[in-house]
Amino acid sequence: MKKHRPFTWLLLIVWALAVLFPFYWMLLTSIKGYAAYNAEYTPQLWTLHPTLENYVLAFTEVDLARYLLNTLFFTVVTTGLMVFVSILAAFAFARLEFKGKNILFTLFLALMMIPNELVIITNFQTITEWNMRNTMIGLILPSVTSIFYIYLLRESFAQVPDSLYYAAKIDGTSDWRFLWKIMVPICRPTVVTVTILKVIECWNLYIWPSLITDDPKYFLVSNGIQQIRESGFGRANIPAMMAAVVVISIPLIVLFLVYRKQIMSGVARGGTKG
Amino acid sequence: MKRSGLKAFLYLLPALIFLAVFLVYPLIDVLIYSFEEGYSSAAQSFSGIGWYNFDYVLHDPYFTQALINTFILVLITVPVSTGFALLIAFALTRITKLRSLFETVFFLPYVTNTLAVGMVFMVLFKTTPYSEGFVNMLMGMVGLGPVDFIEGPYWAKMFVLCFYTIWIVLPFKILILTSALASVNPQYAQAARIDGASSWRIFTKITLPLISPSVFYLIITGFIGAFKAYSDAVALFGTSLNSAGMNTLVGYVFDMLYREGGGYPSYASAAAILLFLIILTITVINLLYSRKHVHYS
Repeated sequence: MKKHRPFTWLLLIVWALAVLFPFYWMLLTSIKGYAAYNAEYTPQLWTLHPTLENYVLAFTEVDLARYLLNTLFFTVVTTGLMVFVSILAAFAFARLEFKGKNILFTLFLALMMIPNELVIITNFQTITEWNMRNTMIGLILPSVTSIFYIYLLRESFAQVPDSLYYAAKIDGTSDWRFLWKIMVPICRPTVVTVTILKVIECWNLYIWPSLITDDPKYFLVSNGIQQIRESGFGRANIPAMMAAVVVISIPLIVLFLVYRKQIMSGVARGGTKG
Repeated sequence: MKRSGLKAFLYLLPALIFLAVFLVYPLIDVLIYSFEEGYSSAAQSFSGIGWYNFDYVLHDPYFTQALINTFILVLITVPVSTGFALLIAFALTRITKLRSLFETVFFLPYVTNTLAVGMVFMVLFKTTPYSEGFVNMLMGMVGLGPVDFIEGPYWAKMFVLCFYTIWIVLPFKILILTSALASVNPQYAQAARIDGASSWRIFTKITLPLISPSVFYLIITGFIGAFKAYSDAVALFGTSLNSAGMNTLVGYVFDMLYREGGGYPSYASAAAILLFLIILTITVINLLYSRKHVHYS
């Protein structure tokens, strides 16, 4: 049974290098000086004169700090609102009785199939009419809804035994208190999963912000980096650009390394990027 | 009973408001837009009702280009990425040492910003008179090139776009297939091995049918995702995708809506509906095909 498997290892190592190499390259380029980088016709795989000047440039020449803060604010508020709204709806579907519950839930599931690209056109018009272009609220509002997360939370809530609910009722606990003090803590893994998936989604959002903001004051990181590519740093200063790319990539990579297990099992259950 | 109905309604209210304003209304509205001829954003008026917007879009060379690009992208990336993910996931099941390290590394592209890392790919694949670029350096070593993959010939640009798309979508597919393979009962394979079946036979006759629901799920979501490609193209070629000849269907929709040549929500709506119909058709074909070939236990 104990066999060496050279092809298996070769395949895994080659793809691991293909995944890691772009990260290595952005780090390496970001610590090369502008003059040194432009002097090399054949790319050098190593540098003997690392410098941090590109990182200084990234924060002084362009408004990278503002893009980061905007994205942080956008991510926290959007995710917070989404989780709150979805928990309430999921609770109603999982625990409360009302007329037409099944029909409404089926309708929700049907809406899940509508691609975002189809509704974004009208949302663009709506936000423009409400004079919310280049505002945080215009960015946030249409990004809150996620039927899929309501569905995931409902599935999780439905597994909490009925007896707990009736026991709490007998003790005189209100539905509201039961939801936040018992239901949500029991279903914490799902709530965490949903939160993390939404955070990743928000941090990388590009299309909606690119439509709704043209004032750099309200750019998120994706638009910021696009702006940097097209007009930042004067003459195509690749090392400074790469420094900005590194800064933008770090928060999510750190989040991933900290919550690796939750993120991977969460994506396996409910991720859809692909 | 009546009170509990009211209470449930209150719990649902926030979600219902968001969905009504930003999902249900837009869905109806996009249909209306697509049939309003000569709509003007400024005057908010239109001159008639009919098929003109669809007619215009279907005869727009930029739309045709976007359609061709998207189809090429879909036809290359979906089979290649699914097959390659299967290969890697299978390789992962054959090792025990360092397995979780490999799994972590392979998942990294999932959590990266498409725009940001796309810029790294642009730098790697680009070649200019002053700088050869990493990929061209490698190609030079075996006597190929130089080729500018970013502003050069069409096939080269399409190659980078496909390569980057595959790089981006693989983590999700590897993850799904690894967990599918992990749930396959090893006793089946052991029994087959005792009967003298080869590894390849075990894989195609036992493992693959057992994980076919996951493979099929990946093919469906892969088709849908690839038809909606856009951000990766922007990351590599910039926002002027029409002039780069690398626009995608989703890119065409947004260019019509907003960017250079934008301000035509009617054309954008017509194009978006065409895109939706294409995705719907492909998904239905996939579902019908799966009835025959997917084994649900």
